Amino acid sequence: MKKDIVLCGVGGDGIVSVAKIISDAALNMGLNLKQSEIHGMSQRGGSVFSHLRLSSEEIFADVIPEGHADIILSSEPMEALRYLPWLAKDGWIITNNEPFVNIQNYPDMEKVNAELGKIKNLVSFNATEIAKAIKARPNMVLLGATVPYLDIELGKVEEAISHIFGNKGAEVVEQNMQALHAGYEQAKK
Amino acid sequence: MEKLLLLGDEAIAQGFIDAGGSAINSYPGTPSTQITEYVMKSKQAKELGVRANWCANEKTALEASIGVAYAGKRAMTCMKHVGLNVCGDPFMNAAIIGTKGVLVVVADDPSMFSSQDEQDSRFYGHWAMIPMLEPSNQQEAYDMVHFGFELSESLGTPVLYRIPTRLAHSRAGVVRKPVRKQNELTEPADAKSFVLLPANAKRLYRELIDKQPAFTQASETSGYNKFIEGENKKLGIITTGIAYNYLMENFPGGKCPYPVVKITQYPLPYNMINKLYEEVDEILVLEDGQPFVEEHIKGFLGKGKKVMGRLDETIRRDGELNAEKVAKALGMKAQAEFSIPDVVTARPPALCQGCPHFDSYTALNEVMANHKGGKVFGDIGCYTLGFNMGAIQTTVCMGASITMAKGASEVGIFPAVAVIGDGTFGHSGMTGLLDCVNEKANVVVMILDNDITAMTGGQPSSANNKIRKICEGLGVEPEHIRDIIPLPKHHEENVRVIEEEVNYNGVSVIIPHRTCIVELKKHLKK
Repeated sequence: MKKDIVLCGVGGDGIVSVAKIISDAALNMGLNLKQSEIHGMSQRGGSVFSHLRLSSEEIFADVIPEGHADIILSSEPMEALRYLPWLAKDGWIITNNEPFVNIQNYPDMEKVNAELGKIKNLVSFNATEIAKAIKARPNMVLLGATVPYLDIELGKVEEAISHIFGNKGAEVVEQNMQALHAGYEQAKK
Repeated sequence: MEKLLLLGDEAIAQGFIDAGGSAINSYPGTPSTQITEYVMKSKQAKELGVRANWCANEKTALEASIGVAYAGKRAMTCMKHVGLNVCGDPFMNAAIIGTKGVLVVVADDPSMFSSQDEQDSRFYGHWAMIPMLEPSNQQEAYDMVHFGFELSESLGTPVLYRIPTRLAHSRAGVVRKPVRKQNELTEPADAKSFVLLPANAKRLYRELIDKQPAFTQASETSGYNKFIEGENKKLGIITTGIAYNYLMENFPGGKCPYPVVKITQYPLPYNMINKLYEEVDEILVLEDGQPFVEEHIKGFLGKGKKVMGRLDETIRRDGELNAEKVAKALGMKAQAEFSIPDVVTARPPALCQGCPHFDSYTALNEVMANHKGGKVFGDIGCYTLGFNMGAIQTTVCMGASITMAKGASEVGIFPAVAVIGDGTFGHSGMTGLLDCVNEKANVVVMILDNDITAMTGGQPSSANNKIRKICEGLGVEPEHIRDIIPLPKHHEENVRVIEEEVNYNGVSVIIPHRTCIVELKKHLKK
């Protein structure tokens, strides 16, 4: 088994938490993993990414070479496009299609969607809206939508959420579970 | 033993605790911050009585480590690459002393994700003539802290421990070793070695020179440097640190056909490199940083077999190394299927919504608009992002805002305004302000006080709650130390205060004080 995942978005939107949950699940399954992230100046509202590599074999580089990512998981539509060079030929894009506009020259959404539409394996939906309805964060909804493409059972991801959010109380765990399931259902549509 | 999922930084921290470290003294700097932070938060470290401190700057931090070593205990100081410049003085002299039990951990930042330059710390280690370690993965990062202390204590030398951003900020599983006991409080074996009077220093420098063969011998035999056989002798490859991974990434299962010397310990293992040179036609050097190894083995005259790398730009000299660059150097094909569509626009980092710096800059910009020819000298921190608001004209190094404003004001720039954060002021702004006071410089120094070292993720700021007193103590006239609150509702008042101080011929300090919005949110959540 080998999964190379690029997680991307805008600084502060919680993609690193998503990477941590998948990592936790993978570690419990005895997989090798490497997860690289960016700290410091780039975090402040700028474009951010994390590379997550899972494999039953030895993993060498901490970052995914271009053209190798099985999945791009993006919390923002334009950010998904920014990391296209990493996407493998048959790779999947799972993205929130709600734009995060914190720059003046944000492109026309029609054009962004047109570019996304060129990708054969695409799951694009409004995770922000779904998250709002259940008072959760979009990143967990997106994680749920990614699970079917991960080769990791939903139950293992649930365990990881309980493990990671456990010390924040049952309510937080439940909220994240709900978001996870909502995303999971969405991907199956 | 237990397997933990750790960042490279965290692996070093856990290694320090398990290797019997007694005290870690550091200054935060991306990408090194998480090392010291991890020790601070570690329950195990607390139970073992391990000291973990943020210091005023890298120099005070490393000097504290030399003090710990003087007491016979194991010490570590961590910093980002440019921090090594700040503590260059104690660093070079710790080498002369032959300080035992000290690891100087420096995180370099190839590609400048969060830095002003790409300086490679290995040149410093070479210059100081001490052994260096450069782990290739998280497990080695952990193991080599144990090994580094053994090396330091057995050879009588501090050890420079170098990692790049990618290792610092990437997680992987790490298997721990048994916990070692801390050292007992002891007197230095050679009492004179900590007294660098010329007579002692001359003797100690000679001793350092005489230790060099032992340092190299350790590199040949420790097992951390490896000669990996390969059938295809057309090319021999030397990798340093994580460059090894970028090489192996290009060969399924890590089966590289070329012989490889994998380096993670310095001085360079002469015998291994010589063996490689003898058996191959050409050599390719892969390093994530500046061409340190390449420059050493190439020689000034460029005679002998061809040595390729970043010096001859077989691999671009700037920017971090990656598997793609290595593939290109090996003549392999790139595999990108898609490219970035034109519709994608840049999303640079920006000040957070509700950031106090935004309000400080809005007021300052309004004042400066009326003073053509005036300049604002910036500094290192979140507020450097004020550049995007047209608010600052310079950013050079920690503390340079105040001293550059002073220099510029003395040759005719008016108004000369310095903008510096509370953390940076504590790091290296105070001495510059003293210069201003002594010369009665006509400057306005704005110390943006947000109660925290924000850019690196919220470490305490050494001058916290002391800024006004420090300024008074340095001799700034109390009536020209002005407190303002950077909020939109105080905008007009803030503009008035800045304008008044611009028009005062002397040293003015303005302290806009409001807690960092990210910190505030963290506290509200708790």
